[in-house]
Amino acid sequence: MLESIWFLLWGILWAVYFMLGGFDLGVGILSPFVGKSEAEKRTLLGSIGPFWDGNEVWLITAGGVTFAAFPAAYATLFSAFYTPLMLVLFGLIIRAVSIEFRNRRETSSWRGLADAGVLVGSFLPSVLFGVAFANIFKGIPIDGDGVFQGNLLTLLNPYGLAGGLFFLALFLVHGALWITHRSTGVTRERSRSVARILWLPLTLLAVIFLFLTALYTRLWDNYTARPILLVIPILAVAALLSMRYLMAKALWGRALLSSFAVILFSVLFGVVGLYPYLLPSTLDNAYSLSVRNAASSPPTLAIMLVVALIFVPVVIIYQAWVYRLFLKEGSSS
Amino acid sequence: MDVTLLSRLQFAAATYFHFLFVPLTLGLSILLAIMESAYIRTKNEEYKEMTQFWGRIFLLNFVVGVATGITLEFQFGTNWSRYSRYVGDIFGPLLAIESTVAFFLESTFIGVWALGWKRLSPRLHAASIWLVAIASNVSAIWILIANAWMQDPVGYVMKGGHPVLSDFGAVVFHGYAGLTILHTLAASYVTTGFFVMGVAAYHIAHKRFLSIFIKSFRIGLSMALIFALFVVIEGHMHGANLAHIQPAKLASLEVNWVTQPDAPIFLIALPDESGAKNSVEIGRIPGALSLLAFHSPSASVTGLRDIPKEDRPPVLVTYVAFRLMVGFGGVLLVVAIGAWFRRNRIESSPLLLKALLYAIPLPYVVSLLGWTVAEVGRQPWIVYGLMRTTRAVSPVASSQVAISLTGFVVVYALIGIIAFWLMAQAVRKGPGAADQHYAS
Repeated sequence: MLESIWFLLWGILWAVYFMLGGFDLGVGILSPFVGKSEAEKRTLLGSIGPFWDGNEVWLITAGGVTFAAFPAAYATLFSAFYTPLMLVLFGLIIRAVSIEFRNRRETSSWRGLADAGVLVGSFLPSVLFGVAFANIFKGIPIDGDGVFQGNLLTLLNPYGLAGGLFFLALFLVHGALWITHRSTGVTRERSRSVARILWLPLTLLAVIFLFLTALYTRLWDNYTARPILLVIPILAVAALLSMRYLMAKALWGRALLSSFAVILFSVLFGVVGLYPYLLPSTLDNAYSLSVRNAASSPPTLAIMLVVALIFVPVVIIYQAWVYRLFLKEGSSS
Repeated sequence: MDVTLLSRLQFAAATYFHFLFVPLTLGLSILLAIMESAYIRTKNEEYKEMTQFWGRIFLLNFVVGVATGITLEFQFGTNWSRYSRYVGDIFGPLLAIESTVAFFLESTFIGVWALGWKRLSPRLHAASIWLVAIASNVSAIWILIANAWMQDPVGYVMKGGHPVLSDFGAVVFHGYAGLTILHTLAASYVTTGFFVMGVAAYHIAHKRFLSIFIKSFRIGLSMALIFALFVVIEGHMHGANLAHIQPAKLASLEVNWVTQPDAPIFLIALPDESGAKNSVEIGRIPGALSLLAFHSPSASVTGLRDIPKEDRPPVLVTYVAFRLMVGFGGVLLVVAIGAWFRRNRIESSPLLLKALLYAIPLPYVVSLLGWTVAEVGRQPWIVYGLMRTTRAVSPVASSQVAISLTGFVVVYALIGIIAFWLMAQAVRKGPGAADQHYAS
């Protein structure tokens, strides 16, 4: 029971990170393209300025919870995904310092360098988290000792790559909608067209990804066993469609909300389909890591649940307060 | 090279680099909170300028600290997966609690503070830096509790071949953890104090912004002196505690090979690890080690020869790191005391001002030496007495680790150089410069 609660919380933590980190990663990739002048670029990076650091803690917490609640899965997952994770880490480090260092010097070459850092540092995590999660859904060759019997190329399979592109498209549209919501004038216009143009590729990638999911994974099994769960993918698709409708109606704030919903329900679709597995083995299902064989002891899970039930709501309250504080009108310049 | 060595080098590089940015995050956040509170109380604009000047440096430091901290959490999984799987039940929750309870608070409110000067009432703005200060220190406490568990595992029972949590209270309220928390926080405050004094000395020597920097100097001096005195006393307790929980580390610190009452300390010694003796011993102080460890000169102290060879730490490294830590630490204390006696005439003490500027790196060196003592001295164990480091490493190819290690060295060196350069630039500019960084 505790294991299953933590499995759900684990999925939700990742989903929250992708919802919040998703827009700041998207803005990071888009800013050199949507922002032409220095003032425009500043506006764009300013739109994530107060938030990106707090958003990233959801990633750290998701990582920490993987470690704490499912140590065996954390161990296998993180060592199997060694190279992509290192690239994610280098990306996030370079991105963080680029954002902070950017305005410390006035020269254009310095800013160009920082912009490149933000771009690369946002691009790598966006794609690689998609690759990683697709591989989690599909399963990887792990043996009875939880040792990964593959290499980097094992992870770069068609399904993994489709996952990477899907995540990239999700975050780009998400970021474009964030910019549209948060800026005025020419950057708003440009990001609006980016969101409009990218919606179709995003939808195509979503369709391809869902199709490949049926082909490569067993995620659909849980949904055929309990059709009520189909509400999750249906909500994801509905959010995606309503996003297009809201964009056409120029209701940009609501389009952004539907983009949050697309990410939430896409991730939940994967996580709920994955249950009870955290990392299926493609060698033998007996080697798969699941809530049954990868979880921490009940006392550990119980203590963590108490901590989470007290502190996560507190975190949500103060982060919501911070968002409200910086999203007040007349604040974006 | 084998995976274990490469992974150790990578973790060492990542941790040492990370820890260059931790002390200021812990100490300067508190000083910023004090400075800003002084501004609110006195309405003296000078305190605001002061807060903003130190704040610019703090933010540069903070972002590198945060960015390089993430890799440490993830490296337990990427490079030490067997360790993670083995200790996850106890070690994992400590990291998860740290991020939930403290790191969220710290990372959320640093943005509020940095960008909220015009958005928040002065009181709320000051409250946000207090939250950052409290949260970073609480964050450090949880990380140190996790480290203490590796040094002295408690509160567990063995189940299915690995330790499982049996007493969370014992893990959290843990003697060694208490000592290491006090030691690390105090050392970080000393580092901060010396940093602030050194930067202040630079401007005072050039007779610039005298009022702000003399105030800053005094704040830094108080912090450095109080905690330098504290860390000496506490460090002694820390060392004595080792006699009970890690006799092999204590024996290495003092190159004590023979279990004996009246165990001596040598002013200078050169250990010969293969011969299990010292090849050079100068300045023998009989009974000193027994006295320090057990507060009785006749107490018997375990020597390295009574510890199986495969359980001994690298003696030379541990010993040298310890001696240098204590020696340089002593120098810092002397400088702090010297500065105290000239605190009212600091403008007319050019030599002291110069010494303080050049002393800035020293506490950093001392901190890294301290971590060397703690971590190398724990070898060959990753969890003392429970798991050997060689058995903790991930089943990954050594080429993978070699490449990522190279990546860390290159990226961190670049970031380190840039961060140092930007900080130096911010220091040279001084307070009051067009404050566009805070324009939100």
